[in-house]
Amino acid sequence: MANKADAPAIEQGAVPWLLAVAIATAAPHAEHQPLWLTLLAGGILLWRAWLWRRSGPLPARSVLVLLVVAGIAGIGWEYRTLFGRDAGVALLYLFVALKPMEMRTRRDAIVVVMLGFFLLLTHYFYSQSIPTGLWLLLAATLLTATLVRLHGGAQPIAGILRYAAVLLAQAVPFMLIAFLLFPRVAGPLWGLPQDAYSGLTGLSSQMSPGSLDNLIQSGAIAFRVQFSGAVPEKSLLYWRGPVFNDYDGKTWRATPAYLQRGGKAPTVEFRGRSYSYVITLEAHNLRWLLPLDLPLKLPSDSALAPTLETFAREPVRTRARFDFTSGVDFVAGRQEAPDMLRQALRLPRGLNPRARELAQAWQARFKTPEMISNAALLYFRQEDFVFTLQPPLLGENAVDDFLFDTKSGFCEHYASAYVFLMRAAGVPARVVAGYQGGEINPIDGYLTVRQSDAHAWAEIWLGERGWVRVDPTGAVAPSRIDQGIEAALPAGDPLPALVRLDAEWLRDLRNRWEAANNAWNQWVLGYNPQRQREVLSRLGMGEPDWRDMTAALAALSAAALALVAVWTLCRRRSATPAQRAWQRFCRKLKRLGIARAEWEGPLAFALRVAREREELAALTREAAGHFADLHYGFGEPRQLHDLRQCVRRLPPAWR
Amino acid sequence: MASVASLRQWLFRFGRDEQSPIVLTQRRIFILPTPTGLLFAILLCVMLLGAINYNLSLGHALVFLLAGLGVVAMLHTFRNLIALRLTPGRAEPVFAGEIAHFQMYLENTHRQPRRALALAFGEHASVSVDVAAGGQALVAIPCPAPRRGRLEPGRITLTTRYPLGLFRAWSYPHPALSCLVYPQPLEAPLPPPAAVTHTGQRHGDNGQEDFTGLRLRQSNDSPRHIAWKAVARDAEHRPLLIKQFAGGVAEELWFDLSLVPGLGLETQLSILAGWVITAEAVQIRYGLRLPGREVRPDQGNAHCDACLEALALYGE
Repeated sequence: MANKADAPAIEQGAVPWLLAVAIATAAPHAEHQPLWLTLLAGGILLWRAWLWRRSGPLPARSVLVLLVVAGIAGIGWEYRTLFGRDAGVALLYLFVALKPMEMRTRRDAIVVVMLGFFLLLTHYFYSQSIPTGLWLLLAATLLTATLVRLHGGAQPIAGILRYAAVLLAQAVPFMLIAFLLFPRVAGPLWGLPQDAYSGLTGLSSQMSPGSLDNLIQSGAIAFRVQFSGAVPEKSLLYWRGPVFNDYDGKTWRATPAYLQRGGKAPTVEFRGRSYSYVITLEAHNLRWLLPLDLPLKLPSDSALAPTLETFAREPVRTRARFDFTSGVDFVAGRQEAPDMLRQALRLPRGLNPRARELAQAWQARFKTPEMISNAALLYFRQEDFVFTLQPPLLGENAVDDFLFDTKSGFCEHYASAYVFLMRAAGVPARVVAGYQGGEINPIDGYLTVRQSDAHAWAEIWLGERGWVRVDPTGAVAPSRIDQGIEAALPAGDPLPALVRLDAEWLRDLRNRWEAANNAWNQWVLGYNPQRQREVLSRLGMGEPDWRDMTAALAALSAAALALVAVWTLCRRRSATPAQRAWQRFCRKLKRLGIARAEWEGPLAFALRVAREREELAALTREAAGHFADLHYGFGEPRQLHDLRQCVRRLPPAWR
Repeated sequence: MASVASLRQWLFRFGRDEQSPIVLTQRRIFILPTPTGLLFAILLCVMLLGAINYNLSLGHALVFLLAGLGVVAMLHTFRNLIALRLTPGRAEPVFAGEIAHFQMYLENTHRQPRRALALAFGEHASVSVDVAAGGQALVAIPCPAPRRGRLEPGRITLTTRYPLGLFRAWSYPHPALSCLVYPQPLEAPLPPPAAVTHTGQRHGDNGQEDFTGLRLRQSNDSPRHIAWKAVARDAEHRPLLIKQFAGGVAEELWFDLSLVPGLGLETQLSILAGWVITAEAVQIRYGLRLPGREVRPDQGNAHCDACLEALALYGE
């Protein structure tokens, strides 16, 4: 039976639907797929459309086999594998374009639709933004409509689409309930392929001149912060990331987390008030978290390293939320390990002789490290240093070139040169990278920190005062710290349009859009097991475990099913205007004492009325005649009017 | 197997529907996923695993939306049948070996159209029909009629997979239906009128004076007597006819089982049916005499139907 019903040949009229399905589900992937594959897939679909136009026969199977083999070989060559996320998506991409070529029966067509459903999911590997969600909702409607078309035959296109939209709209309650209550499992369930997290941006574990530049050109959001109380003033917003200790003359490198495992974090004495906040960190595929300098309380699954860096246990591979409490006034590392201090003095041999000379002169002249540091900052301020995102290239002796020749650079140049000078002058120092500042979004109150807020500063060790933050950039461009990057840069420097927004309404628009995005991230994309427990306990479910959730899921789904069932099944009585008028007539007659039986046709009823109630006979005969003509024959529109007149002419019941 | 059979018996325990119209109530509608529906479910499971593995929150949402779609599709498939009203119509008699078509009026009192309703008798070919919102449709359900007599096709299987093909809802309305099946006519030469003159009136041998009509050609007929004009009028459907001439007396044929002795009853009836049709075609007055039933000689469609009906129901 089942085979018989599925096997019918596909109607010609359904083919465009299926081509539309293939295009709608595959097209957004073109962005991530090699150009040749997109051209191949597009060409195949065009060919199929052309065959449809002329009702031509489908190509021979051998041709298809050739195409499949060629496509698979190409994908294998392109990705060096046929497994893994990207190659898998590429294969699906190829198949959804090829399947219409051998679409003969309805079952083939259903395979295309199912492939389409699966392909929808793969889009989320690349983007889960609001526009992607909307596009996929539209695509899902198209897929549903195609199924309707396949099973329901030719109908007006608008009708099919509307019906598909109704079906999906009725499915939405189930989606919401399941989304809220389906017990979430923290992935991954099995090892992810190597390419799972390619293409994430953010700070990196090393810093060489120019590495921050690219980051700063990006208006992308690095993380969002929600303070539960007061927000510290902007100049205190140092978000602490990697600490760079090793310098080879060109590149600063952080000590990897696994090398720091043995060490203990130095004691930190906090003074003043503390701030509690939640950071929603965008995925950057590294283990660094970016707390406000310095964290008092860490989220679980993270630890403070001896260098006062905060490491998560796993690289941050998806957007995740972290609870912190931080203080901004503290003494850190009064008793620092000798190893750490030795490391903070190490410099590559032979490089930058002029800088060394300058530093050693300061060391001879000034007694305390504070004074040496002030001398360095004074040097930056008095010499004509320029703060720019487009510094000239530096040579072998990068620090010398920067300090004495080019004198223009960005925070990483200043931090790097400053730390070099301090180390050369015998003051333990290190570079700290992270973000500085951020901007409150007035729409939802979140502090937004962008990649363009990336920053590098320095720390020097001052014995009793421990590690003290020194921001040499502030010496050159104080507005960078107080007001943000757009205020500090000269007007000609390029910055992404989103960072440099002058128009008030544009800024407002961006704030709104980002607030919407943030809500989306917080409530839709960030809905993980932990968030689910939070939400459910706030909804009064106490400490729900998976059993409670499953029970609630089943109960609510059943309730939704009942509601949708009532909605679809009970709005069924439909009546034509003629039927309604006739029913009104009969109701009125019933009040007058003569009721029509359910099985009684209009003319038979009129006869009975004539027998039993002579005074109503004429009117009933007329009404029944009109109704019979309208309902069973070819009544004229005028008769509907007459029938309604009959209803009106019936005497009211109380007379 | 016995238990399965008894289960089916219990589940689908409907006798004949006495009332008309038959209204499909929910008790009479069954629904199960189709293979496509199972494929869809498996697909959703795989997608859910993928969404969990890659922590795709929107992937979860998509899977849940599609799962909801499946549930909703079930309701809509069910709705496609619920409260449908069926009124049996007529079924034109057919000859054995042909396909009988049972008419059925479907009435949709819903505000939504019903689409892709497939009606069939058992495993026989189905016919598909749409019924507009608040409208009616007339459909002829085919049923092979292999034997003469009264064909009672049994219950109808009314199936739908609309809208998404994920579920198959079906019902077994069983209206009182029957169709008259005439014996399959066998082409045989008409009996010579001489052989049927029971009344004692004897007509001459096939004379050559007066043209009385046409009859089917027999192998020993002279080609000179073939009615070429009549054949040419409808060459595709007419057998070769022979002009009959009689000696002035109007012919009257009596068909009787005894004219075709030594054959099985069904074959005999078939030959008689063939004679009836031929006689009607050549416009000879003919009568039929069966044990226990006699149709007096006459001519015309109604007479032909009466004779065929007598043949069809002979022995029942």
